[in-house]
Amino acid sequence: MTRRQPSMLLVMSILPASDRAHGPAIHVQGLEKSYKQLKVLRGVDLDVARGSVLALLGSNGAGKTTVVRILSTLLRADAGTARVNGFDVATQAAGVRECISLTGQFAAVDEILSGRENLVLVARLRHLKDPGQVADSLLRRFSLTEAATRRVATYSGGMRRRLDIAMSLIGTPPVIFLDEPTAGLDPEARVEVWQAVRELAESGTTVLLTTQYLEEAEQLADRIAILHQGRIIVHGTLAELKQMLPPATVEYVEKQPSLEDVFFAVVGNAGQEATTESNRK
Amino acid sequence: MATHFLSDTAVLTGRTMRHVTRSLDTIVTTAITPIAMMLLFVYVFGGAIDTGTVSYVNYLLPGILLITIASGISYTAFRLFGDIQGGIFERFQSMPIARSGVLWAHVLTSLVATVISLVVVVGVALLMGFRSGAGVPAWLAVTGILLLFTLSLTWTAVIPGITAKTVDGASAFAYPLIFLPFISSAFVPTDTMPGPVRAFAENQPVTSIVNTIRGLLTQQPVGDGIWTALAWCAGILVVAHVVATIVYRRRIS
Repeated sequence: MTRRQPSMLLVMSILPASDRAHGPAIHVQGLEKSYKQLKVLRGVDLDVARGSVLALLGSNGAGKTTVVRILSTLLRADAGTARVNGFDVATQAAGVRECISLTGQFAAVDEILSGRENLVLVARLRHLKDPGQVADSLLRRFSLTEAATRRVATYSGGMRRRLDIAMSLIGTPPVIFLDEPTAGLDPEARVEVWQAVRELAESGTTVLLTTQYLEEAEQLADRIAILHQGRIIVHGTLAELKQMLPPATVEYVEKQPSLEDVFFAVVGNAGQEATTESNRK
Repeated sequence: MATHFLSDTAVLTGRTMRHVTRSLDTIVTTAITPIAMMLLFVYVFGGAIDTGTVSYVNYLLPGILLITIASGISYTAFRLFGDIQGGIFERFQSMPIARSGVLWAHVLTSLVATVISLVVVVGVALLMGFRSGAGVPAWLAVTGILLLFTLSLTWTAVIPGITAKTVDGASAFAYPLIFLPFISSAFVPTDTMPGPVRAFAENQPVTSIVNTIRGLLTQQPVGDGIWTALAWCAGILVVAHVVATIVYRRRIS
């Protein structure tokens, strides 16, 4: 399959193999996963439409990262099925890898290489024609041109994260997983990442984003799914979720429910059942 | 997928080689311990050790080379561990590349980095008076044995690189390997050792490898020892490769 240059990102839309062009970009059914005694996923059902941004919300240890790791072929599920772009993650892992990109919780960049070398590396591994040009255009797009030849070890957290996301865009995969893309970033860097995600969405890429920041979901997502105690307990648009809040009772000030209110209303006594953050091991 | 195995591995090897060339201190550190031991043994202890007609530096060098390899491969475990902790390993695993290429890149880099360290150590040995009249075939045989030993220890290093929980754990496994030559014929002839120690020394892999390399470099007949040496290397290689592959599969599934 021939690949397009990222510089054409704005005009291009997802062009998967034609027979796979129908149906949701991500389809998850009955996904279960345990780590020893700990049941992390207890039957996750989830569909993500092509070209949409879905935010997967949940507290620490809710299993968001586990879902992403299963979808990106890094982890096997115990039960259930998951398809990405029509490929089964268990039996057609190579096909899945052709059409995804993963940005994990920790910026997966090579500290010893320069920013440009990192991008060229990924472009080479994706067998693109002109890795240097691909790298340069991404450096411009993510305002990293000045730092291009510096070792990544000298980068700030925001710069690393931008480089990380830029690396994920190489080869223009139709589906991108962003696992807590703004965790540990300062507000300014967070806005930069948001801008990058918006651009992705505009270009027609399907984005599955996990976050604990409710504002982030409000800002970026077309649809929001809340993962709690191993299941998706709510799935809908922001407007739909807001309607789920009980009608306002008598109050002096009329207050629009924020997504935060919705989250805690549907999750209930969230803090008490919080499980440990062991889903990365 | 398989068609890209070679090119992917080459690209990834280029990456890990940059890690080596940009932290030359790892090569210096790899070479410095064996060089210090060589100085110590040749100029301090060596005079009291009877190695017959062979000069002590000539006698000692094969064991020093094995120590160099053992300390070099601890960096392989260190680099692999760093990749796994840093998350770039998972990026590679989620990409459409030959998955084993990631490991092979580390293995090839280990071979190249170790060879550089070995050349440095041999250079110092030459300055200290090491001489060999061995011809090209003997040198090729020595190189081949050293490469095979490096390869088998590198695959051994992959195991802690993948399974270690801390960076110290990842490189600590090399210490016993560095000290194994002390209980062998590397520094002193085994004849003077007490029974059980001697039995261990004469039947552990280092002795057969050291004796073979020494024989080749001093133009002595190596006899069946070379086959014992090769069998040890091949055996370690096969077992380490199998175990490394199993822990790797477990890690990525």
